[in-house]
Amino acid sequence: MSVLVYINSKNGLHKSAFETVTYGKKLGDVTVITTGSLSADQLATLGNYGASKVLVDRSVEGDDDQQLTRVIANAADRCSANTLIFSHDLVAKAVAPRLSVRLKAGLISGAIGIPSSDGTVPVNVFSGKAFGHVKVNSARTIISLLPNSIQPEENGSACSVEDFSGNAGSAGVKVLSTKKPEGEIPLPEAELVVSAGRGLKGPENWGMVEDLAAALGAATACSRPVADIGWRPHHEHVGQTGVAIRPNLYIAAGISGAIQHLAGVNGSKVIVVINTDPEAPFFKAADYGVIGDAFEVLPRLTEAVKKFRASNH
Amino acid sequence: MKILVCISKSPDTTSKISFTDNSTKFDENGVQFIVNPYDEWYALVRALEIKESNGGNVTIISVGSAGDEAVIRKALAIGADDAVRIDADPTDAYFTAMQIAEYAKSNGFDLVLTGKETINYNGSQVGGMIAEALDQPFVSLATKLDVNGSTLTLEREINGGLEVVEVNTPAVVSCAKGMAEQRIPNMRGIMAARTKPLNVVAAVAVDQMTTYVNYTMPNAKSACKMIDPSNMDQLVEFLHNEAKVI
Repeated sequence: MSVLVYINSKNGLHKSAFETVTYGKKLGDVTVITTGSLSADQLATLGNYGASKVLVDRSVEGDDDQQLTRVIANAADRCSANTLIFSHDLVAKAVAPRLSVRLKAGLISGAIGIPSSDGTVPVNVFSGKAFGHVKVNSARTIISLLPNSIQPEENGSACSVEDFSGNAGSAGVKVLSTKKPEGEIPLPEAELVVSAGRGLKGPENWGMVEDLAAALGAATACSRPVADIGWRPHHEHVGQTGVAIRPNLYIAAGISGAIQHLAGVNGSKVIVVINTDPEAPFFKAADYGVIGDAFEVLPRLTEAVKKFRASNH
Repeated sequence: MKILVCISKSPDTTSKISFTDNSTKFDENGVQFIVNPYDEWYALVRALEIKESNGGNVTIISVGSAGDEAVIRKALAIGADDAVRIDADPTDAYFTAMQIAEYAKSNGFDLVLTGKETINYNGSQVGGMIAEALDQPFVSLATKLDVNGSTLTLEREINGGLEVVEVNTPAVVSCAKGMAEQRIPNMRGIMAARTKPLNVVAAVAVDQMTTYVNYTMPNAKSACKMIDPSNMDQLVEFLHNEAKVI
């Protein structure tokens, strides 16, 4: 089977890229398509994860959905790909649906595992409250994989990198400016997440959340009420109407654990809940619970993490 | 400006999810249906705000059966001019998007708005599919939308940041949090919604490209291990040696 994996390499290669190549390799022979200016040497490292070849269209610099759609469709034809793989990020959410129409290929978005023997692919549905098992009825398939759903596997060696002209055409969306928070870990890709809710009483108390996140190398998140009243930015809101995440570790302080919040985080491998209320529903979904005041427990946990990290971990 | 707002019904966010018919079908028994929050809170309300300041017309469109008209009336109560129901079961995102695209093609809209995703299938697919079928630009997950003549200025989330973009109409935009504030319909709106035009349109023949074969539930968590709040070294130890996540 010929598999085409789209990688967004604009900001370098990240874990999500290694995950999608690893995923593609489990399905067949992987060609990667990417755009932008990353060096051939760097792109060749995708071979370590199983790519046979990388095609790069240097004429496209941004993430315009129509340009990327044309380039990826042409690359799919060039390597006769019957399966296309994306990481389910913001670019994929714009481009994969367009390709589904253009290539008449069924789109499975939010995949959390590889196809099973009956050909169905597991996906998150009802914002993580359940799993659906989806099959496509078309000759071609597009799969958009949720970050942190599979472990990257490194067992190949550098592959060839070829310049490719995908006839991108013109961009429909003009980018006027970009705001990028420095050094922040993108929430959907983060392996460790520290989150807090109304129990923190005010935005001025978020320092201790950030301190713990910094000690762990984690991203920060929050509950919906906290984003709604403007204590924290909207992009940090996890839950049914916010972002759904699947980190290895989710630490929640001062969040009661309403069903809508759980929906966004129950894909987490391990959940730690810190709450003063022993009846908080979140404890039922937690692996480790601490009944106590976040104002005391968080700084104590930060110190414990620092001590642990300092002893060479 | 002529705006088409796509809405979908979804179970109330507090619904317990279960399945029936050998786990092949969502169990609608006792489930309260609402307008998908992203469609209502962000796409519809922003469309109404644009109409209020710039004039124009807001049409709601939904693909569904006659039973879904109650949900469409809920959306009309918030303030659109009229609504269209494409009379078909919305079997998958492609089928749904092609129905809406077909209607949009023959009725010419300046702007098509969708929510960023539904809270039941979370696919984030329909908006991009409509845009491709109409050969129009698509701005996904926009958090701000301003209209100046035939130019739209938008903010949207990008991987790890925010982008300010400009696009000319006609265009398709999917709307995320930040775009507008939820509106609670008042009694006048609810009364008016009863008599607003709700046109039923026959579906066009389109293939269903994906099938949900069955559903499963996540495994129940084993009992939560309680840690003494004064002993965070122990928690760290568990996270390292037992859970192996740090």
